[in-house]
Amino acid sequence: MLITCPYCGPRGVIEFTYQGDGNRERPDPASQNFEAWNAYVYDRLNPAGDHNEIWQHSGGCRAHLRVVRNTLTHEISSVAFVRGDHGSAARRKAEDKA
Amino acid sequence: MVERQSPLEPEFHVGSHGNFEHGVDILLTETRPGSIVQLAAWPGEEKRLIAAIRSVTGLALPDGAGGGVNDGVKSVFGFAPGKFTAADDAEGLAAAFAKAVTPEIGTVTDLSHGRTAIRIAGPKAEWVLAKFFAIDFALPAFPVGAGRSTAHHDVFAQIQRTGADQFDIYVFRSFARSFWKALCHASEEVGYEVQ
Ligand SMILES: [Zn+2]
Repeated sequence: MLITCPYCGPRGVIEFTYQGDGNRERPDPASQNFEAWNAYVYDRLNPAGDHNEIWQHSGGCRAHLRVVRNTLTHEISSVAFVRGDHGSAARRKAEDKA
Repeated sequence: MVERQSPLEPEFHVGSHGNFEHGVDILLTETRPGSIVQLAAWPGEEKRLIAAIRSVTGLALPDGAGGGVNDGVKSVFGFAPGKFTAADDAEGLAAAFAKAVTPEIGTVTDLSHGRTAIRIAGPKAEWVLAKFFAIDFALPAFPVGAGRSTAHHDVFAQIQRTGADQFDIYVFRSFARSFWKALCHASEEVGYEVQ
């Protein structure tokens, strides 16, 4: 499986670390809404198809990435920096990715 | 100035090795820069950091992820969003950057004693490196001056192409000897010379 890092280009999955489900929304740390915390910690969609995931390019630029991966085919349909302000760094020309 | 000891020393054997009867296709050496510095910009401060790099080193970074430049004495390249590695044959680069990179722009980390810089050159340099790293070493994909962050068996490596058939590899000092030995073994089949 290859993940095309917006900074580094296509790299083998061995360079990446899975950081969990990308659909989770962390409640306010001061929140005492137990249902919201329960959902954050335990509830997962577990879809057979496209799945929002967080990966870190730990063996490369170390950026955290939002990845949409198909759990049936491993096809990756989108990769973006988690941090929006890294957008200016995603300047790798398309031909470099080939 | 105190003479810095090389971590490669017990395995650094000057001369020709391996299958060199028909010529040496790889040159291996340690570039031993006086300064190795890592620079990181705070969000939105990348342009000011690039300007500071230019004022300190005189090197103008080309646009693009992993872009870099090398003038034979100093080198700089991007290795992550908003982050750059700079090296200089002379000592004192970290002190110079500490003046130019203000706390509002970003951070300066002196790695001069923390990294070892190994140079691999020669017509088979791409061939040997391709056995270590799953990245494209072909010139159009990896132009001269550019940098890449990758890893070999969990040994992080920052690689800058400093010539058409020359690469400088920055590895952790503590892993450098083991990485060097592996590089020597991988170069045996094509014949290599340690300089
Ligand atoms: Zn990356």
